[in-house]
Amino acid sequence: MATATPEAVEARVVEALASFGPDADQVTREATFEELDIDSLDLVELAQIVEDDYGVELKGDDMKSLKTVGDAIDLVVARAQ
Amino acid sequence: MTRPRVVITGVGTVSGLGLGADLLLRRWVAGEVGITDGEGAALDYVATDHLSKKEARRTDRFAQMAMTASDEALAQAGWSEELPYDPERISVIYATGIGGLESVEQQHDLLRDNGENAVSPLSVPLFMPNAAVAALSMRHNLRGQSYAVASACAAGSHSIGAATRAIQVGDADAVVAGGAEATLTWLARASFGKMGALSPTGISRPFDLRRDGFVMGEGAGVLILEERERAIARGATILGEIRGYASTSDAYHLTAPDPSGQTAADAIRLALKDAKLTAADVDYINAHGTSTGLNDASETAAIKLAFGDELAKQVPISSTKSTTGHTLGAAGAIEAIATVLAMNARIVPPTLGLDVPDPELDLDYVPNVPRPLQPRNGAPIALSNSFGFGGHNVVLALEGAA
Repeated sequence: MATATPEAVEARVVEALASFGPDADQVTREATFEELDIDSLDLVELAQIVEDDYGVELKGDDMKSLKTVGDAIDLVVARAQ
Repeated sequence: MTRPRVVITGVGTVSGLGLGADLLLRRWVAGEVGITDGEGAALDYVATDHLSKKEARRTDRFAQMAMTASDEALAQAGWSEELPYDPERISVIYATGIGGLESVEQQHDLLRDNGENAVSPLSVPLFMPNAAVAALSMRHNLRGQSYAVASACAAGSHSIGAATRAIQVGDADAVVAGGAEATLTWLARASFGKMGALSPTGISRPFDLRRDGFVMGEGAGVLILEERERAIARGATILGEIRGYASTSDAYHLTAPDPSGQTAADAIRLALKDAKLTAADVDYINAHGTSTGLNDASETAAIKLAFGDELAKQVPISSTKSTTGHTLGAAGAIEAIATVLAMNARIVPPTLGLDVPDPELDLDYVPNVPRPLQPRNGAPIALSNSFGFGGHNVVLALEGAA
């Protein structure tokens, strides 16, 4: 399992989100999921990926509160501690 | 009150013959076969060339091909810039035989190998049979009733029939209709193979003595159907008309057609009656013509019953499956499109690969060489037959441009 350093998590989350549709350069920490057209199905896929990579289990309620890419990165890093 | 008339204003196809309905007819008439290594795969179709990354990863191949065929059809109908009717008055009634089978198999592999957590949250929207319907509705902002039609190899024609009725009863001003199928998978090959339906030689040669089963193909067909007066009022180019539609059921056997052809003949008679036509008006029959022993014999019997021996022997009959293979739930749509385009080109397209006539099958199947089509009365008239596992029989009576 990969070590959840903030840099590693950011790179992985950005890569994953970019694979779902938006261009990679749109996927910044400040970008909102709404702007990126990232919906609830995408967030479930993101949760699968971070669970596989970092062993962090994210539930539906965790995902609901996320608004930006940075929110998701921070949550994964915090949970992985 | 006369019933509203339903016209075709746009068509699009993806098939083993490539992308585009005109290309399909051109290649078919030229005697080309879109079958490679025993399958009619749409080798030229790469979804990401036509769809956004998001659309492509959220759809199975059958829905992807439906979207691409719909872009062609909408462009031809003149709908690409702006819809000509309220979105609430435009329906999507679209067929598949099976749905997203490739996605089912992929997700099942993940489930078996890696457990429940590995299954994609996109699984259901990938493989549900109405996935193409949903994709078409979302891609083009169509907000009238939308649903999938499933009747195996008759589904594409049922979709056109249901769409025609929806316009005739006033439920919609226009309908995006047709069908799509993409089941060139391990499971489908094994399943159709085990029941003896697939050709072991991998050759589609309907009505030939040596025919030994169908060749599986994949593809999509989309037709834009509109209420005729509205289509004329907006200046649309009218490609053809759905003059009549009928459907019956064999109630005979799970997969084999009734060899007497009785119920299929009923569908032919009822479609002609619905169109206010007689067998003597028919210039061409686009057969279901699967290249299976049973279908091609029972279909011949059905045409003879419905037309009578004399007229049955006069009408030219051919099978699109001789060039595309059998695209299952897409077949009825692709074949209705090919029929209308052939009529408008005044061509009777041929049954390819028919070199050894079956002495039991004694109608005119237009072997290998196309002919000029000479309409008997003004605008050309054709029937398109589709029959599905489960005993579903559908016949469309189609009119081409005068």
